[in-house]
Amino acid sequence: MSKISCGVIHRDMLTRPCSSRACQPSQGGDRRADPRYTRRHSVSPDPSRAPPVKSAVIVFPGSNCDRDVAVSLEQTTGRPPVMHWHGDPDLPADLDLIVVPGGFSYGDYLRCGAMAAHAAAMTGVRKAAERGVAVLGICNGFQVLCEAGLLPGALIRNRDLRFVCKDVHLRVETTDTIFTGHYAPGQVIRIPIAHHDGNYVADLPTQCMLEDEDRIAFRYCDPGGKTTDAANPNGSLDHIAGILSEERTVLGLMPHPERLADPRLGGTDGRPLFASLLEALS
Amino acid sequence: MTEITPPKITPQIIAEHGLTAEEYQRVLEILGRDPNITELGIFSVMWSEHCSYKSSKKWLKTLPTSAPWVIQGPGENAGVIDIGDGLTAVFKMESHNHPSFIEPYQGAATGVGGILRDVFTMGARPVANLNALRFGAPDHPRTRHLISGVVAGIGGYGNCVGVPTVGGEVNFHPDYNGNILVNAMTVGIAPADRIFYSKASGVGNPVVYVGSKTGRDGIHGATMASAEFNADSEEKRPTVQVGDSFTEKLLIEACLELMATDVIVAIQDMGAAGLTSSSFEMASKGGLGVELTLDRVPMREEGMTPYELMLSESQERMLMVLEPGKEPVAEAIFRKWGLDFAVIGHLTDTGRMVLTWYGETVADLPIDPLAEAAPEYDRPWEPTPPQAVVAAADVPEVPWTEALPALMGSPDVASRRWIWEQYDHMVMGDTVQRPGGDAAVVRIHGSERGLAMTTDCTPRYVRADPVMGGRQAVAEAWRNLTAAGARPLAVTDNMNFGNPEKPLIMGQFVGACQGLAEACRALDFPVVSGNVSLYNETEGRAIPPTPTIGGVGVIDDLDRMATVAFKAPGEAIVVIGERPDTRESGWLGQSLYLREVCGREEGAPPPVDLEHERRVGDLVRGLIQTGRVTACHDVSDGGLLVAVAEMALAGDMGATLTLAAPSAAALFGEDQGRYVVTVPADAVTGLLAELGALARHIGETGGTGPDAAITMGGAEVTLADLRAAHEGWLPGVMG
Repeated sequence: MSKISCGVIHRDMLTRPCSSRACQPSQGGDRRADPRYTRRHSVSPDPSRAPPVKSAVIVFPGSNCDRDVAVSLEQTTGRPPVMHWHGDPDLPADLDLIVVPGGFSYGDYLRCGAMAAHAAAMTGVRKAAERGVAVLGICNGFQVLCEAGLLPGALIRNRDLRFVCKDVHLRVETTDTIFTGHYAPGQVIRIPIAHHDGNYVADLPTQCMLEDEDRIAFRYCDPGGKTTDAANPNGSLDHIAGILSEERTVLGLMPHPERLADPRLGGTDGRPLFASLLEALS
Repeated sequence: MTEITPPKITPQIIAEHGLTAEEYQRVLEILGRDPNITELGIFSVMWSEHCSYKSSKKWLKTLPTSAPWVIQGPGENAGVIDIGDGLTAVFKMESHNHPSFIEPYQGAATGVGGILRDVFTMGARPVANLNALRFGAPDHPRTRHLISGVVAGIGGYGNCVGVPTVGGEVNFHPDYNGNILVNAMTVGIAPADRIFYSKASGVGNPVVYVGSKTGRDGIHGATMASAEFNADSEEKRPTVQVGDSFTEKLLIEACLELMATDVIVAIQDMGAAGLTSSSFEMASKGGLGVELTLDRVPMREEGMTPYELMLSESQERMLMVLEPGKEPVAEAIFRKWGLDFAVIGHLTDTGRMVLTWYGETVADLPIDPLAEAAPEYDRPWEPTPPQAVVAAADVPEVPWTEALPALMGSPDVASRRWIWEQYDHMVMGDTVQRPGGDAAVVRIHGSERGLAMTTDCTPRYVRADPVMGGRQAVAEAWRNLTAAGARPLAVTDNMNFGNPEKPLIMGQFVGACQGLAEACRALDFPVVSGNVSLYNETEGRAIPPTPTIGGVGVIDDLDRMATVAFKAPGEAIVVIGERPDTRESGWLGQSLYLREVCGREEGAPPPVDLEHERRVGDLVRGLIQTGRVTACHDVSDGGLLVAVAEMALAGDMGATLTLAAPSAAALFGEDQGRYVVTVPADAVTGLLAELGALARHIGETGGTGPDAAITMGGAEVTLADLRAAHEGWLPGVMG
């Protein structure tokens, strides 16, 4: 575990959130008690009456998982997403979901996601997110959302400085989200990663806030669900693999759920994420 | 404009351009005058070994290149084969050896970029990359630096363009210390009715430049790749190109978008010798002339000269001939993707290449005579003297419990995970067989069919006997595809050899071509594309001859694909393809057992009986396609026991073998044409009855968890120990 401290030494910060006053969000109080943050989004709709989910995938120059996630979205929702070009600030109306896909937007020159965060399309994404439209950022998409300020923290170079592509295990840390309702709390799932800059960092107050507000969606773990340094593929702070926005409608994660959502590819642990969204957004 | 002070053509300048006195004489005859420096530069690259194949052409012509499913054989940017359902596979392998040794990251990265362009130039979307790498001794001071740079370069480029790197091979040998090999292969898929070629047509049609701007990088790369290395090679670092994978990704998307319209007449990527060879080849193939206004070429820096523009090997550039009047359609697409676009000339009926620079003619060359007069040599050659057959009785018997872990952790067998985990091997969402098996398999997008692919060569066999080694390289590629359940269709060859001016080296090339041709013919596995890399020598020491074969096949039903992993306990392990006469003796000459366990690198390599190979392979493929085997793995490096151990590790499941007092030769001999399969226990009797002497039941799968082991004759080696040896070696070397 990370050897950080906010004045109080926590024996195990992985399982016991920081309760130091210094780490409390400015509003104070435990947000998990606030119904705004704990409402179950995943009410069961009647599929026959449910309107189809309308989704869009933002295509930056250098995006390369746009097609992959479009395939997963179409398989789940039965409807192909709109492929939205980066230069257009006006996103389609009535969107239920925006996906910022993986890849190397603008070559990841300067800093991963830094230039994409200032693309015209991101103005539209930001507005939509403010209206409560669900936003999912995968891999480079997570980096873009952090750079755009839609999620806190940043993603820096992997601990061992190498690109890494492999299946990792993740522990589902919260199911109180529109993204994870179809997983069981604490469930261990297998999802691939493929990145050079997936090492999540944040300052201590942010870390504590994420923990206190139940905004850590996934942590890297071993097959048994234990978070260990060996099971942390990139050195991420507190083994964090994915986080939620304050409103819980924006999720960013480094692993690629769209890469294991098809039995032909060797697994389907990514599927419940898309199924959760379908149910929550229908 | 820039004032050019043309240097005088001196014998020294001619020599620096790699032209012999005799070749220069031919230049004078063609032109009827002295060339200027730009023209000399053009002759130099067009007649370089790299571009003209002057030493190899005679022998390459002997390779079989046709079959009913071959749509385009050698001679285009890449080969094209019919894979059914109105689709084609477009593929090629190419070396980037010299640049990668000098500057491993950029050398390897631009190698990937170049081969990708060769494939999408033909209209195909690249769907997979593979790479065949050869490094020096693991403990050589440069090896770690080279591995880490090459792997990072391949990954850095392939990961960014979003094409999965799914397979390949790696060998280590001290004879690559001064000259590593980096062979990159790309496979793409294109609709059969939308293949694009480089043959120009239509006098007056616009010649268009797209992609990156031209800079001063890579000038004389082709000439460098056509000379031996020496101690000063470090100084050639500036001739290594610099890649920009982001621009390549944009170029792929822009080209494919444009190819969906009907405006392209011909297209050619600017690879070796850049603008010179691309414009030359397009015009030459069309029997036309071309006039280029060089000052319109997008330039990265000021003060560039026509000479530099024509010889630059700046990456991520394409040359196209468009339908007249369609420039705006194309320009809109390239502008949308943020790429340069410039009409730099037009086709003419003069048969000449005319280059102008701010209104002044700076070169005027006849195209056909220059192409036709390209030197072609019938270099003297000597066959490799035959090696003695190593008698198994003369080889020490090391207990299998010691030899097996040693082999599993030896440089040529150990796991390559450290490498392929740095490659995105899953992007595009169609990788159904990841690295680590016999062949990589990529699903044909939107279907339930797959493309299987592999790269293979066993250089130690080729050196001992070029003909047999050449056969073996093809046979192993065919076998690896077969072991996945694929129908092998065609190959690309990447011929890496030393200095062809030495008769023994030329003899290796001639022998390997003969072996390749025999095997390709016997296995209906034609060569559709390829590349030759000669002069792989440093300080006069040649690399082991390395004719790398990239094979592609089709799996018609992915439910009938085989993998190497053991699937369930209690299944029968059967070896298929043993010849009854050698079952107990085993072939140890040039085996890894002899080299890694006994420290001897000698003897004749195992013979490849092509008729036997074909019969056994067709039989095994039939078993896979009818769903009768649950796992399949070919027997290659390290022999039978290594094959079984690899299957056990892949499935995380042990095995009990029932071989009676086996000799090292029987366990580790590298006899060819063999496969290990597993079948359900109740099916084994029927299978054995059916296959007769071709099949032998050698044990049962079983055992999982920490105690899983390979057990034989009362002794055992745990999978944990085997895994530690197998997975630990490369990370141990890389630190």
